[in-house]
Amino acid sequence: MYVAVKGGGRAISAAHAWLDETRRGDPSLPELGVAQIEQQMGLAVDRVMAEGSCHDRFLAALAIKQSKGDLIEAAFLLRAYRTTLVRFGASDPIETAAMRLRRRISATYKDLPGGQVLGPTFDYTHRLLDFALAAEGAPREAAPEAGAPVGEVPRVTELLAREGLMQREVPDDAEPGDLTRQPLAFPAARPVRLQNLARGDEGFLLALGYSTQRGYGGNHPFVGEIRVGHVAVDFTPPELGFAIDIGDIAITECQMVNQFAGSRTEPAQFTRGYGLVFGHGERRAMGMALVDRALRAQELGEDVTAPAQDAEFVLYHSDNIEATGFVEHLKLPHYVDFQSELENLRTIRRSAMQDLAE
Amino acid sequence: MAVLARAPADDIAALLPALPAHDRLRAPETGLVMVRGRAGGDGAPFNLGEMTVTRCAVRLGDAVGHAYVAGRDKRQAELAALVDAALQDPAHHDALMAAVIAPLAARQQAVRDAEARRAAATRVEFFTMATMR
Amino acid sequence: MNALTPGFADPVLDAQAAFRAVLEAMSRPGRVVVAGSALQAPAPLCRAAAAVLLALADADTPLWSDAGADAQAWLRFHCGAPIVAMPGDAAFVLASGAPPALAALQAGTEEQPQRGATLVLQVAALEPGRGWRLTGPGIEHEHRLAVTGAPDGFIAAWAASRTRFPRGVDVVLCAHDRLAALPRTVAIAEG
Repeated sequence: MYVAVKGGGRAISAAHAWLDETRRGDPSLPELGVAQIEQQMGLAVDRVMAEGSCHDRFLAALAIKQSKGDLIEAAFLLRAYRTTLVRFGASDPIETAAMRLRRRISATYKDLPGGQVLGPTFDYTHRLLDFALAAEGAPREAAPEAGAPVGEVPRVTELLAREGLMQREVPDDAEPGDLTRQPLAFPAARPVRLQNLARGDEGFLLALGYSTQRGYGGNHPFVGEIRVGHVAVDFTPPELGFAIDIGDIAITECQMVNQFAGSRTEPAQFTRGYGLVFGHGERRAMGMALVDRALRAQELGEDVTAPAQDAEFVLYHSDNIEATGFVEHLKLPHYVDFQSELENLRTIRRSAMQDLAE
Repeated sequence: MAVLARAPADDIAALLPALPAHDRLRAPETGLVMVRGRAGGDGAPFNLGEMTVTRCAVRLGDAVGHAYVAGRDKRQAELAALVDAALQDPAHHDALMAAVIAPLAARQQAVRDAEARRAAATRVEFFTMATMR
Repeated sequence: MNALTPGFADPVLDAQAAFRAVLEAMSRPGRVVVAGSALQAPAPLCRAAAAVLLALADADTPLWSDAGADAQAWLRFHCGAPIVAMPGDAAFVLASGAPPALAALQAGTEEQPQRGATLVLQVAALEPGRGWRLTGPGIEHEHRLAVTGAPDGFIAAWAASRTRFPRGVDVVLCAHDRLAALPRTVAIAEG
């Protein structure tokens, strides 16, 4: 039950003033600039862009500054801001095979065309705290450059598909459903599921992906390929009628290769789980790919037994903006409904006591 | 447009010769484009998420120049539309290409090449260990 | 394309002013308000109709129009609205001549009546204080509205359309830089 109450205006203003002060911290220290966050907290910026579902590094960095580093709050701010902007339309599908690569690895083939390119990765670091970083302004060595640059390389899944060992995707040009325009409905088609997962909470995707590896809907995945880099976005303005290149976005793509036992109509072959996210977000792309594959259970005739295979469970709970809204609303005054619960409980206890006395 | 969409406003302005006054057909405006991907990289399209884009259209003489550029820089969008309009005049096309587009493209290519060479430096060279029995 | 003229000089404030004009007109059916006075829209598009579409139509609202190639190119450019071939597929229907039948336009569903189309109907002139007698929500007693150049049989078609409520079609009448709205709730009687 909702009852409007008034009051608390002055307390709220004072609380917000204190929030501003704590955001700034000790004024004797230099203030953090948005450009510094954008450059030096790059992976936080990437996560906020992905979960805020809006590719704009500056806005994501500003949101991080405003939210004091609370990344869900920052994604919330970015989602709210995007609602104020007009949508010009939808891009042509991006061509990830033409990605300008910073990183590209495969766990399925050692020697593959284009090779294993590690890029700027935490992998193979020792996870020892580096106290040298605490000394600011230390000189930094430039990263080495090789003579021959990395060019375009073919997708690993394509290599398998050419041999008939990988299930082909159906290149369908139907207009995909859009969660920002139409509410989620079930059964949800794969494009809608992918949109939902691409903006889903990283922790949720990671935990669900992990659960599939531990046997809850397991499908024995291999990382066919992870690629991180930039792709050009082509957009066709209605007034021009032809596509123009409007710039680059940073993305991470993950192709999970999974076994499939085959069916009456299809021979045994590999199938894909797919992850595609804004920015450099390898963990999130891998989680997405695992969950995407788990959600294909029904389509591939597998038993639906685990949480990660249950589309309603996954898709209704993946969005951290929705989740935080509903969980955190419990903080708001519920005085009246609690009063009625209290009244109920007292009545029950009174009558129980009377019964006992009789 | 690919080159102008990636060029900072100051870089375009620094290379641009004086041009006659233009009319704004559509003042610079920031909005969103929904970016689409494909399932599995090559399957059915899906909506990945939006990106900020700024557009502008100007009239320069008889030509109408259009720009749609990633990000929220209104000055960049207007300069890009202006160059797009100016390039439509055959009398100026080649000179503008040489004076504005070519140097911007070269600068962008150099940045890309440097990144691609850094990536190449992290390419793994496998070597076989002695077989263990 | 080279005949293109500018849209709103200030896309944000001018669109807000046009939105406010439509809101005012919809809240007080039959009141005549001014919109788009400074626009130069290509013929046969009138300034008020141009302002309504610039403010309300966008890439998510399919548009049908009978106003010819110049006006269509202008609307596509400034609104970004996809142009559709059938009036029944449109969220906004622009009629500069005889409009398509109200019954042929999207009327929404019982669950989603907001999906009914908006017909932007250009007429020769709008004059308050005489003419049609309008009653309904937003009108205390009665508004009078004289519409010059209304389509033949409009009042009968309107009465038939109203029986579908909450489904239905909303109309914005436009002449020069003036407009008046007929939300689906309003009842119209001949003056």
